[in-house]
Amino acid sequence: MNREAFLEAVRLLLALDRELVAITFNSLRFALASTAIAAVISTPLGVLIAFREFAGKRLLVSAMHTLMGLPTVVVGLLVFSLLSRSGPLGGLGLMFSPSAVVIGQSVLALPIVLSLVYSGLSRLDPELRETLVTLGASPVQRTTKILREGRIAVASAILTAFGRVVGEVGTAMMLGGNIRWYTRTITTAIALETQKGAFALSVALGVVLLLVAFGVNFGLNYLIRFRGGTA
Amino acid sequence: MKKVQRTMITGFWVLLAGSMAWATGTGERQEVERLVLATTTSTENSGLLEELLPPFEEEYGVVVDVIAVGTGQALEIGRSGDADVLMVHAPALEAEFVAEGYGVERVYFMYNDFVVLGPTSDPAGVRDARDASGAFGAIAEAQAPFISRGDNSGTHVKELSMWSAAGEADVAGAGPWYREVGQGMGAVITLANEQQAYTLADRGTFLAYQGDIDLEIVHQGDPELFNPYGIIAVDPQRHPHVKVELAQALVDYVTSAPGQAIVDEYRIAGEQLFFPAVE
Repeated sequence: MNREAFLEAVRLLLALDRELVAITFNSLRFALASTAIAAVISTPLGVLIAFREFAGKRLLVSAMHTLMGLPTVVVGLLVFSLLSRSGPLGGLGLMFSPSAVVIGQSVLALPIVLSLVYSGLSRLDPELRETLVTLGASPVQRTTKILREGRIAVASAILTAFGRVVGEVGTAMMLGGNIRWYTRTITTAIALETQKGAFALSVALGVVLLLVAFGVNFGLNYLIRFRGGTA
Repeated sequence: MKKVQRTMITGFWVLLAGSMAWATGTGERQEVERLVLATTTSTENSGLLEELLPPFEEEYGVVVDVIAVGTGQALEIGRSGDADVLMVHAPALEAEFVAEGYGVERVYFMYNDFVVLGPTSDPAGVRDARDASGAFGAIAEAQAPFISRGDNSGTHVKELSMWSAAGEADVAGAGPWYREVGQGMGAVITLANEQQAYTLADRGTFLAYQGDIDLEIVHQGDPELFNPYGIIAVDPQRHPHVKVELAQALVDYVTSAPGQAIVDEYRIAGEQLFFPAVE
């Protein structure tokens, strides 16, 4: 809106303003934790689905792909109704806490990692698994080998999920409540604080978020080229 | 080249695993006690809470988590047990909340008033109105753009009662000039300013925003526009987990002489935003 605000934003960035750093920290923390949870759950599942044939597999796969597009506010609403004190998991007392945000963002990240791991691994040679079985590899050895072969796909999946959750605002707002120094993230701060006159801080946070997003996409691009180069 | 790439990929995995472990490990810090305060947006947007809360936090060694929403939503958060204490400004809704057993007691602790904001040119001629219902009547008559909070907040409730007083009971369907936006006070003032529309605001938030907007007060001073704020501890009989003692300590603090003095002394650009209500 005005020049002073932009100059102030630059100053905040250069001086590593305490609040700017704390908010950025929160955003990265929540997104990393939820992506980690999603990766731990979804990667083995992705391997399983990619290398097994079973009834209803096609249905499951299309359900997975559909869930990649889960609207963030719907996830927010769903998790809100579970975690609120008057909901079934209310006794945990997690509403409006970092944990609540991480749970919501994990729900968002899960189908993304799952779908992308699955797609990436199903492009591997289908005979790989049979060969491994013939060679007498144990299930753990087989999975390890498959994941080694498909490591770039797994990395891309995790990075994509991270990029999505770090920039989402719906669940972070509904489940975290934008509490200063506690659950305020880059996106909720920009969405809510801009109107309260914290324009410079919003601009500075916007720059940080852009850098994170560019970093994620640069990484993805690098991984894809790397896969192309050595496959 | 191959080696460089290998190192980079390994580095990526190490970095990823490390940062994820760190993020998951620091997920929740429970060493400090936290008190959840659900509040109307005006107390937060105006900057009052940043003055009022720190002495309390210091004295009791707690962190007050402020969730700034409309009064209607703040009361809902209290009903579902997701907050320990509420700071709101819709006396009728507050009385209902306490009567239903969700609140211990509604304690009146400060006030200001509502003002009607509008463009300097005042196309609806609101300045000529003799009282608040006349002001709202003039806006409806002219079908001049009006931004409504539309979020069941204290301001929204007051606004609807003013439309009723002006004989416009079903204003929600009155036409495109009446715009419900479902946002907080600060956002609504900003929006009204962008659209050069009329709106109803509490004086505190208006004063906090005054420097950044062109809108002016086009009507004020009618006793109907009085705006009392209450603080309510959520009743542990409904929600046994709430921190009622701390909540009650906050109630006592804001009604104490030091708390009231902070309310009384809070100024933006030399103007007083809120007035202490405890004698």
